[in-house]
Amino acid sequence: MTLLQPVGALSFMTLAAVLFSLGLYGALSRKSTVMVLMSLELMANAININLVALSRFSAPAEMTGQIFAVFSMVVSAAEIGLGLALVLALYRQRKTVEVDAMQELKG
Amino acid sequence: MTDTVSGVAFLALSFATIGGAVMMLATRNVVHAAFWLLEVMLATAGIYLLLSAEFLALVQVLVYAGSVAVLLLFTIMLTLRRREDAVRDFEPGWGSVVIVALFGGSLLFAIQRFGAQMRPGTMPETVPDVAAFGETLFTQWAVPFEIASLVLLVALVGAVWWSGGDGS
Repeated sequence: MTLLQPVGALSFMTLAAVLFSLGLYGALSRKSTVMVLMSLELMANAININLVALSRFSAPAEMTGQIFAVFSMVVSAAEIGLGLALVLALYRQRKTVEVDAMQELKG
Repeated sequence: MTDTVSGVAFLALSFATIGGAVMMLATRNVVHAAFWLLEVMLATAGIYLLLSAEFLALVQVLVYAGSVAVLLLFTIMLTLRRREDAVRDFEPGWGSVVIVALFGGSLLFAIQRFGAQMRPGTMPETVPDVAAFGETLFTQWAVPFEIASLVLLVALVGAVWWSGGDGS
């Protein structure tokens, strides 16, 4: 397979898998709450790419994947807004955004 | 719109996407990371254009590259007391590297293994345009659409409630 051939659904799925893994790594390893939220956005983005690509390659006439991607975008936009509001509220109480500083409920 | 996706455009856009994500995780400055995330979102909009999802590309630029990036930058600026706090220590997190390598490896293996059942390279030629997309969204998916707007409203009110100044 040469590099300049037309690409299929597998290439898009591979791209989405790599993006999702990078986002998962960021969400697991970062210690700043804002960085964790940014990594979550990266993972949501990878899932949207998968939805749109599979919809385009399997049944583009129904557009189910695109509609699902729109709803997924709505949910992740609400999530990032609420998450950042939570970060601000915690910062006002604790004066820090470190994940390690928020472990009062840790067993 | 052609019936195949150009390999050159896909390679360039996926390089921009993955490279931006790697740079976002590699940079130690939180502000730089937010700008790299913005670059990833713009490249993703290009990938949506490749998949002939023009409406989604527009929404991606408006929502992610526009409002989410601004929201992230404002939060970073509001939670930094000094300019030097933006630069953080190097956090490799070797345990999560191992977990993610296992997860990503199995994901890629599954794609290679079970992807053979899909027809490669070919793409259905008929692509509905934005008008057909809107029609489907407002007829077949009207109720989920209204629920989604309710979710956004509740999230908006909740965000104002949580981050509001002298309320509680």
